[in-house]
Amino acid sequence: MRAVDAVMECLKAEGVDVVFGLPGGANLPTYDAFVDGGIRHILVRHEAGGGHAAEGYAKATGRVGVSLGTSGPGATNLVTPIVDAMMDSVPVVFITGQVRTELLGTDGFQEADTMGITMPAVKHSWMIQHPDEIPRSLHEAFHVARTGRPGPVVVDIPQDLSRADIDYQPVTDVKLPGYQPTTEGNTKQIRQAAKALASARRPVLYVGGGVVNAGASAQLRELATLDRFPVTCTLMALGAFPAPHPQWLGMLGMHGTRAANYAIDEADLICCIGARFDDRITGKLSEFAPRAKFIHIDVDPAEISKNVPVHIPVVGDARNVLTKLVAEYRALEIDSSRLDTWWERIEGWRAKHPLRYDEATNGEIKPQYLVQALYEATDGEAIVTTDVGQHQMWAAQYYHFDEPRKWINSGGLGTMGFGLPAAMGAKVGCPDATVVCLAGDGSVQMNMQELATCTQEGIDIKVVIMNNGYLGMVRQWQELFWDHRYSQVDMGDFPDFVKLAEAYGATGVRLTQSAGLIEALREAIATPGPVMVDVRVCREENVYPMIAPGQAARDMVG
Amino acid sequence: MKAVGEPGTKELLSLEELEAAGGLRTGRKHVLSILVEDKPGVLTRIAGLFARRGFNIDTLTVGPTDDLSISRITLTVDGALHPIDQVTKQLHKLINVLKIRDLEPNDTVTRELAMFKVAVEGTQRAEVMQVCEIFRGKVVDVGRRSIILEITGTTDKVAAFEAMLRPFGLIEMMRTGEIAISRGRGET
Repeated sequence: MRAVDAVMECLKAEGVDVVFGLPGGANLPTYDAFVDGGIRHILVRHEAGGGHAAEGYAKATGRVGVSLGTSGPGATNLVTPIVDAMMDSVPVVFITGQVRTELLGTDGFQEADTMGITMPAVKHSWMIQHPDEIPRSLHEAFHVARTGRPGPVVVDIPQDLSRADIDYQPVTDVKLPGYQPTTEGNTKQIRQAAKALASARRPVLYVGGGVVNAGASAQLRELATLDRFPVTCTLMALGAFPAPHPQWLGMLGMHGTRAANYAIDEADLICCIGARFDDRITGKLSEFAPRAKFIHIDVDPAEISKNVPVHIPVVGDARNVLTKLVAEYRALEIDSSRLDTWWERIEGWRAKHPLRYDEATNGEIKPQYLVQALYEATDGEAIVTTDVGQHQMWAAQYYHFDEPRKWINSGGLGTMGFGLPAAMGAKVGCPDATVVCLAGDGSVQMNMQELATCTQEGIDIKVVIMNNGYLGMVRQWQELFWDHRYSQVDMGDFPDFVKLAEAYGATGVRLTQSAGLIEALREAIATPGPVMVDVRVCREENVYPMIAPGQAARDMVG
Repeated sequence: MKAVGEPGTKELLSLEELEAAGGLRTGRKHVLSILVEDKPGVLTRIAGLFARRGFNIDTLTVGPTDDLSISRITLTVDGALHPIDQVTKQLHKLINVLKIRDLEPNDTVTRELAMFKVAVEGTQRAEVMQVCEIFRGKVVDVGRRSIILEITGTTDKVAAFEAMLRPFGLIEMMRTGEIAISRGRGET
């Protein structure tokens, strides 16, 4: 069988139902195999769009995404999605074409050192050197991408090797001696964690994307409600704990709520589950949670004590560990009344510092209100993807996610242009869900070519552009930290998104008035096919509250 | 041990726990003995990891083991500059890395091979050869105006030898970096 037909068999054996890619010279053989391969291939307009779509698919479904590109520029265009997937622990298999083996190292046409370029940003990568290696390498790639701490992997296949005739045998015994993730969690450590939680007087559960990846939301909720633990989470974990829940403090970090940040500041015990003490969470590291001891549950041992020294480390999959932790906790005698004063303190912050903004008096649309209106118009049930910037923070603050995998954004890398293709991938993975990409007018233009993919393929996404004509977050920082000296942030009134949407074969809508916004959004979202809504919001609004970079939580402003 | 979760202090509980928690800079040189799969790119992965995490490699040696599919990398890292715990944990994440041992100095024999080319004129040759003998080095080549010496030993011994030779006119020096093997019956 041709090696490329074996590739199709491997993909099917891994349960792949769709891939996102773009053909070129070096992966022509693979594309020939797609003709009868029995796998849906979605032709994207730019490899980066395909990579982010595979990420969106993976984040929405929990399955491994697959993205293809050719050699050279095809592979280099995938670099941003690869790094993005690494930073946010997204399982994606990237399969790249490579020039013929005889051309390797000769600066051949469309040759790039894909392995070398991507090496710092992959969980692992495979350079195929013999066609017989292809099936095993692919299965190893899927295994590594999806297990342990998930992440991106690259399989680079030279064109001549992919054309070879191989004796294909299904591979069912993937064994990697150097890769054995610890998933169970040490029982003694878990018991110690349970005891520490039971004696804590000002505990907080600090939850990260690991809980989403592990599918541990139910276990988290059980632990939290066993003893009225306050819960906060990172940007990545929104929805892992239901936002309407009374124990929910709101998001943590730079643009999190005061209640969450102050609680961390005064906590005596922080139980971190699947998060990594990123600088957007900790602010000034030396003043982060100065009174607290730390429990850290993470599947990646290298995260333990990387940024903050941890007292009780537990290495393991969040679902396994939380299940055991709940069992251990049940065995203890708990006096929940010890948390009464702590909750009084938290309620005080909540009452005094709710998320707020000044409502517009002139009928303009406040960006925060746009998110609230979107929440109403979708009954809070949409899968929401975003790009990066002000709109992303407002979405995190005002769209109250109550389930995991409904909030899809680029957290670690902060990739503008992520939202639209990610929405495309999410919609392909979850065809019955309403999928909305909330984008900024700046970032949406970075991958808006994928609207053509959506119209051609009938991928029914709704793109809502929060249009303030600025690179808004950069403008905010220039206003606050650079004396109002605006430099290269004004995007003007370009392009005309309504006409552009129509040019792409989608529906374009423009909304400018606050009155009737919910109904107008509801109508736009109900319109069949891809829709792009250009919502003009007031231009110079800032995201608050805010911990300025390098500052401590208690110095929060706004 | 003290109960965890008492309010009011961020003081760490015990040295043991601190070590378990990592983040401690030990302040001494560490010799890491790493078994890796002999696959293309493995050294790049390790070197790249050190570079992007900001860890400095002091010395690095790579060679085959008795198993053809496995190579051994011995590298030394300054524990005063880097949290060794982070270094080893990050290394462990590399899929081609099979085993890492942070060798205990007291239970380890380390050796380094060095060659020195020294300028010698007239009577100096005999003097240099005498120093060499004291250090149990070997003369491996003699020219009219230079001499090449070879020595094996610990890094300290090599350094001491170098210091002795320098005044004679050291033309160049080559050092292999340390290799290390654990004492006793068990495998390193």
